[in-house]
Amino acid sequence: MTAFFQNVVNALQWGSFYALIALGYSMVYGVLLLFNFAHGDIFMVGAYIGFFVATAFLALFASGVGLIALPSWAVLTLVILATMFLTSFVGMAVERIGYRPLRNAPRASAAITGLMIGIILETAVLAMFGAQRMKFPDLLPGLSSAAQPTFGGVIISWQKVLIVGVAIVLMLLLQWFVSNTKWGMAMRAMAFDFAAVPLMGVPLNRIASLTFALGSALAGAAAVLYSMAYPVLDPYMGITVGWKAFVAAILGGRGSIKGAAIAGFMLGFIEIFSATIFPSTYRDLIAYSIILIILVFRPHGLFGEEHTARLRL
Amino acid sequence: MPLLEVKHMTHYFGGLRAVHDFNLSIEKGEIRGLIGPNGAGKSTVFNLITGIYRPTEGDVLFKGQSIVGKHPYQIAAMGLGRTFQNLRLWRHMTVLEHVKMARYSKLTYGLFGAFFDTRKRRREEAEAEAVARELLDLLGVHNVAHELVTNLPYGMQRRVEMARALAVEPEILFLDEPTAGMNPEELVEMMEVIRQVHAEFGMAIFLIEHRMKFVMELCERIQTLVFGEVIAEGAPEEIQNNPKVIEAYLGEEVET
Repeated sequence: MTAFFQNVVNALQWGSFYALIALGYSMVYGVLLLFNFAHGDIFMVGAYIGFFVATAFLALFASGVGLIALPSWAVLTLVILATMFLTSFVGMAVERIGYRPLRNAPRASAAITGLMIGIILETAVLAMFGAQRMKFPDLLPGLSSAAQPTFGGVIISWQKVLIVGVAIVLMLLLQWFVSNTKWGMAMRAMAFDFAAVPLMGVPLNRIASLTFALGSALAGAAAVLYSMAYPVLDPYMGITVGWKAFVAAILGGRGSIKGAAIAGFMLGFIEIFSATIFPSTYRDLIAYSIILIILVFRPHGLFGEEHTARLRL
Repeated sequence: MPLLEVKHMTHYFGGLRAVHDFNLSIEKGEIRGLIGPNGAGKSTVFNLITGIYRPTEGDVLFKGQSIVGKHPYQIAAMGLGRTFQNLRLWRHMTVLEHVKMARYSKLTYGLFGAFFDTRKRRREEAEAEAVARELLDLLGVHNVAHELVTNLPYGMQRRVEMARALAVEPEILFLDEPTAGMNPEELVEMMEVIRQVHAEFGMAIFLIEHRMKFVMELCERIQTLVFGEVIAEGAPEEIQNNPKVIEAYLGEEVET
């Protein structure tokens, strides 16, 4: 029973990473009918940005060392926000340079461009910081040694609670943004009929930029949370996580925000429990076979709509 | 100064000349018609003026200012509203959201305002909602404000589209076959809607139509477009009796 609850907590933690990254894939697809295959690498760049932001902020604000002493939760909040802000520019740059010139090109061109941008980001990071892995600084020193919360006799680490909590708060914020602001409304409108949107006075390019910015900001947040749990950075860390989150986006239904969030957590559960029931080397084989079977019965994903090629004026 | 002026507009799709030397001058509050057989280039004319395509040659002046090369959203925000031949609604958004969306250019709050829910944001959103509700009321679709458009009957969807086009506060309204796919009853209703909207706001209207009866009753002046060229222009009676127009619509006259 103890092991079971431990696994639930682990699944929630992994689900948070997948869900946050999957949202970026799904939003971009929903708005621009485009899979941004560089998204996993934007996550990776986010982790590096997080590394530098965290190092700088710890030097500035850590109690005892820094110029202005701030409690560590405040430093963590600032690190997450600053990383999200900076990573959003990576996403906007990718859209502006890589995808916008291809707005009316065949979708395959955009997909290939995405893969190439991914490779460029990986090799650029490799060239700048070398191949040795970097250690992400401990943002919450003392947390791991503090008394950990227990649930029914099971010890759950504070860190996991924090990761899942931050992820859920961010997803709720996104949901609010999409349903209550003019930009969110424009994103949804673009998902249904792209061409009619600018004719109602809505600047398409700005909404496209914003979509990439939001998706990348979430990837940046995911990168900081991920690096807290697995504090080793390398230029290829975004590939596997990125692909898995992409699977979650498909499983949730392309373009569906709710779907991406739920499927992200589902993926976490399927993976963790495959590993507990079967030998852990079979984990991905079993987990992704299950997903394949789900997709056979629901080819448009859990919350996806049947998409046919939309007319563009 | 005319509200909208098109001068010698010509457009090529590759080697195909879709529109040739199109001229137009619409005054404030005027209702204009553009007729012509299928494939004559009527919708292309609309797309050229609204900024979706950029004319190969010629100029388009709106309120005295050239709008060639401006983005469609800028042109729309300047006061040019439009509807589409095949309804281009956002299926899974509510009726009210459609109309509010078209208020986008009137909402000036920024990201800061959104996240901190400032007074400015709340005031602007409330205003947008009030305007949207008035328009829905005017078009008789206020009782379905929270329905998804996909659940509405066709005639009502047309009204929603009209309300959406009106929400940009157009000084000129472009209607691309507003009666496409309508039965005679709905057609009469639509004519009433257009009259009512025109009486209420007094904007200029430029409409494409297939049904002669509709254009003849509504428009003060009509242009006939055939193979991208205007072959006749004038008052409804003149157009109706113009042999070139009759020929284009019915084929060549046969002597008996």
